[in-house]
Amino acid sequence: MTIALALDAGLAVLVLAVASWTVGARATFPAVVGFVSYGLLLTLVWVRLGAVDVALTEAAIGSGLTGALLLGAAARLRAGEAPAEERPGAILRLVAAALSATVAAALAAAVLFLPDPAPTLAPAAAENAAATGLGNPVTNVLMAFRAMDTMLEKVVLLLALVGVWSLAPDPLWGGRPSPSHQSDPHGVLAFLARLLPPVGIVVGIYILWAGADHPGGAFQGGTILAAMWLLVMMAGLTEPPPVSRRRLRLVLIAGPAVFLIVGLGGLWLDDAFLAYPVAYAKPLILVIEFAMTLTIAATLGLLLAGPPERKLGR
Amino acid sequence: MVRDVFTVLAVTAGGFFFLAGTVGLLRFPDTLTRLHALTKADNLGLGLVVLGLLPRMQGPLGMLKLVAIWLLVQLAGATVSQLIARAARPGGPPP
Repeated sequence: MTIALALDAGLAVLVLAVASWTVGARATFPAVVGFVSYGLLLTLVWVRLGAVDVALTEAAIGSGLTGALLLGAAARLRAGEAPAEERPGAILRLVAAALSATVAAALAAAVLFLPDPAPTLAPAAAENAAATGLGNPVTNVLMAFRAMDTMLEKVVLLLALVGVWSLAPDPLWGGRPSPSHQSDPHGVLAFLARLLPPVGIVVGIYILWAGADHPGGAFQGGTILAAMWLLVMMAGLTEPPPVSRRRLRLVLIAGPAVFLIVGLGGLWLDDAFLAYPVAYAKPLILVIEFAMTLTIAATLGLLLAGPPERKLGR
Repeated sequence: MVRDVFTVLAVTAGGFFFLAGTVGLLRFPDTLTRLHALTKADNLGLGLVVLGLLPRMQGPLGMLKLVAIWLLVQLAGATVSQLIARAARPGGPPP
């Protein structure tokens, strides 16, 4: 048994153990902590599988951002959380167990009876990689071959933000999200929030830029920028903007809008929606990615800031 | 050869500090002493691992990246442990 195999086996066992611990955790807070560590372990799994792009996304979104969202939710729920004392009846538990076993069996069957060789479009994607002038095959697929999916993803993100905002009561509509933390302006957090963002902004933009030829891209870069913005907001150095501000909304729709415009342009200049003229493929993709990064950073930051809780003008 | 020995020694020492930090985290009685154990793992453990890996890097840029990672982890670790310690202090703000 080689060292690499032992490492992979240990990682797999650890992922399974943390997953079952998270499912079994009774209180919300430990479950969230378990979920975050599970995400970090999954990141290592993706690295071991050679999917560094997915690993970056898992660390940034799956573990980091979702973890922060869930932590916020757990903190809000803490006051009203009833101790889990009502136990479901025997029949309900049996039915739930049977359902879970069925789903697990179906999933196992789906994996075990995959056709061999598995259906894949990877050779086709690799063959046409030169058409866009980008060196990273993942970015190629995301931005050119399956651009429609990526564009709709951004629209979904926007819809999620609208969903969060719609939780605001009527009189507060258009106001500022409340700062989630009251902190000492001379404290440690404020110090970190002054020190880290310059580094984080450079790293975020670097990851966006490197995404053309190496693992990285708009989503990962945008998440880092969002994290920097959140850090500054949490430290109380800046206020979250009122959700009715025009400039903010322009930033929020910039990504999907640029994507749509370029896509419609493809309809006019070329022969299909989202078809990039070959000579301009790379610059067009870069323009879309920059607009998307801005939108992603703003959307993710506001998702975490929550619904408006203070009236406008205060 | 000398570089190999150096790497093995430094990374092993780093691993020892991680182990000791984890044992401390599990065994120490209260939050502040646990934080003490944890920061040892972060600072010394990761520092020694980075030190051991430095001769393995191709160029000075790779070395700089490794050192930058160590410094960033130090910064994050120091800040978080300060925040946790303040929250844990009797009479401190609620967590």
